[in-house]
Amino acid sequence: MSQIPVLIPTVLLLAALISLLAGLVNRRAGYATALIGVVLTLGLSLTGLVHIWMGGEPIRYALGNWLPPIGIEFVFDALAAYMVAIIMFVGTLVFIYAPRSLALEAPGKEGLAWPAMVLVLAGLTGMCLTGDLFNLYVFLEIAALAAYALLAIGGGAGAVATFRYLLIGAVGGGFYLIGVAFLYFSAGTLNMAEMAMLLPELSQSRAVQAAGVFMVAGLAIKMALFPFHFWLPDVYTHAPSAVAGLIAPVMTKVSAYAIIRLFLDVFPPGFFTEGIPLLAALGWVSAVGILYGSILAIGQQDYRRMLAYSSVGQLGYIGLGVAMANPLGMIGALLHVLNHAFMKGLLFLVGGVVRLRTGRTRIPDFQGVGRKMPWTMGAFTIGALAMVGIPPTAGFFSKWYLLLGAADAQAWTWFAVIIASSLLSAIYFFRMLEMVWRNPETDAAAQEMAPVPEGQTPVSMIGPVAILAVAVMVAGIMNVAIVSALLDRVVAPMAGG
Amino acid sequence: MTVDFVLGRYPYFLIAILIGIGLYGMTIKRNLLKKVIGMTIFQTAIYLLYIQGATKAGATIPVRSAELGTDAAFYINPLPQVIVLTAIVVGVAITGVALSLLLVAYRRYGTLDEDLLLERMKESV
Repeated sequence: MSQIPVLIPTVLLLAALISLLAGLVNRRAGYATALIGVVLTLGLSLTGLVHIWMGGEPIRYALGNWLPPIGIEFVFDALAAYMVAIIMFVGTLVFIYAPRSLALEAPGKEGLAWPAMVLVLAGLTGMCLTGDLFNLYVFLEIAALAAYALLAIGGGAGAVATFRYLLIGAVGGGFYLIGVAFLYFSAGTLNMAEMAMLLPELSQSRAVQAAGVFMVAGLAIKMALFPFHFWLPDVYTHAPSAVAGLIAPVMTKVSAYAIIRLFLDVFPPGFFTEGIPLLAALGWVSAVGILYGSILAIGQQDYRRMLAYSSVGQLGYIGLGVAMANPLGMIGALLHVLNHAFMKGLLFLVGGVVRLRTGRTRIPDFQGVGRKMPWTMGAFTIGALAMVGIPPTAGFFSKWYLLLGAADAQAWTWFAVIIASSLLSAIYFFRMLEMVWRNPETDAAAQEMAPVPEGQTPVSMIGPVAILAVAVMVAGIMNVAIVSALLDRVVAPMAGG
Repeated sequence: MTVDFVLGRYPYFLIAILIGIGLYGMTIKRNLLKKVIGMTIFQTAIYLLYIQGATKAGATIPVRSAELGTDAAFYINPLPQVIVLTAIVVGVAITGVALSLLLVAYRRYGTLDEDLLLERMKESV
């Protein structure tokens, strides 16, 4: 139990290495070893989650027995447990789904994809678990580098889109590193807990304030918050469905997690609202991003591009929730991390199934697909309803908390933005639902399209889609339990300070 | 006063200029390879920021010597150096991935000029 914090990233890093070597010998062995590593880690993270859920104390692990602040410390607390469980749950499902999807969309390159996918998971879980500011940067770049390789696997246009992502990612990571330098030279430590004790005295220092600005700006760039989103639609459109289904739900959320961690556990309460109006800036940028993403999503003809623009909007919700600077808004942001990971993962995976079965990715071509693939499109319907925010799907409850938070902060413009964006997403998802379920037999235009071939969707693809669809409902119904068992503890520093 | 302020901190101004040059190269230059060069300058400037912050006048390498004893004032803080070493490794990896992406793009489209590249990408769709 006490080794859980360090075992999670270590098992994944080892699995990536073994999978790469095994893949040279035998392609199936490469996949099998990677899958074993991922499933083991899922088990570890769920064990830890149960421990925290039952009210257990956070687990701390000092690497190499060098106690902090000298050594690096890994911390498995409520926030880390929550994030790691989300990452590993979505990651495992995508892993089961991936072989058939990659065989179609990136043939012959699967052998290198498995280690890269495991490395992405290792980097992301490491970011959530580390208690060290510089170590967080290293894990951030591990995840980013593996993600670049995965996203470019489609070649050609995907490589150019990924190159633009890499440039903007390097700026984001660089800004974060500049911020860490300022903090280290002001406080003389890199450990988050130690930093939190030293910073209240230093919070008037210009260097510390500049550090806060640089770190949050760098992470916001990494998170693809508007106006740094421009790489995102191209990247998601050209990546294989399984890769987009892994990167879109979790990657950007973990950068959001890092902002939340800085805000809750590193910088003193009120630092971002009193000294420098950083949170207000974050909030307004997010609000514009929500409207921008939702409006552009309406105009898209490509299914994956529409999801990407909708992601730009949804990331804005998380930024907005953080910017409200009250416990309700923060709970809304954290719940939205979970909900959006499930919903977006589900929708990207559905897109992959449709592409495998019919070869279609354009929205007008989805006409009548529902009649031929009722289960897949049933899952799509649940995902779409959740994106709009209809109870009892998960999407409703995070928006509910965000609205409560906006009301609590007296931020009525933000309140209106959330409502308006829900209506906008209703436009583009209901338009698609109508298209999907319409009877193609009575529609002359649809009859001209190639018919959907008969046959079955492979279980390895429909299984994860179904599980995610159920998870979207369960996360909605269980929201009270999640909030009281985990998130209330996470936001406790705000309520106290 | 102003002169002292500048003279006391001139390395930081030089680092800020380097960061500016790097960002300029990454955003304004049209050739993708020059963007990579800009990125490398940007990253190197950050390494220099760490090294500059750790520099102490009159201090030596952090290996304990019999004459100087255990007074920390005589030794340079080794941690920023180690951080920079790690950051360099990360930076090299990023540059490597960037160059390999450009190789894929060049083989497919035969150019690294941004405008020409976007044009050819549109044609091939």
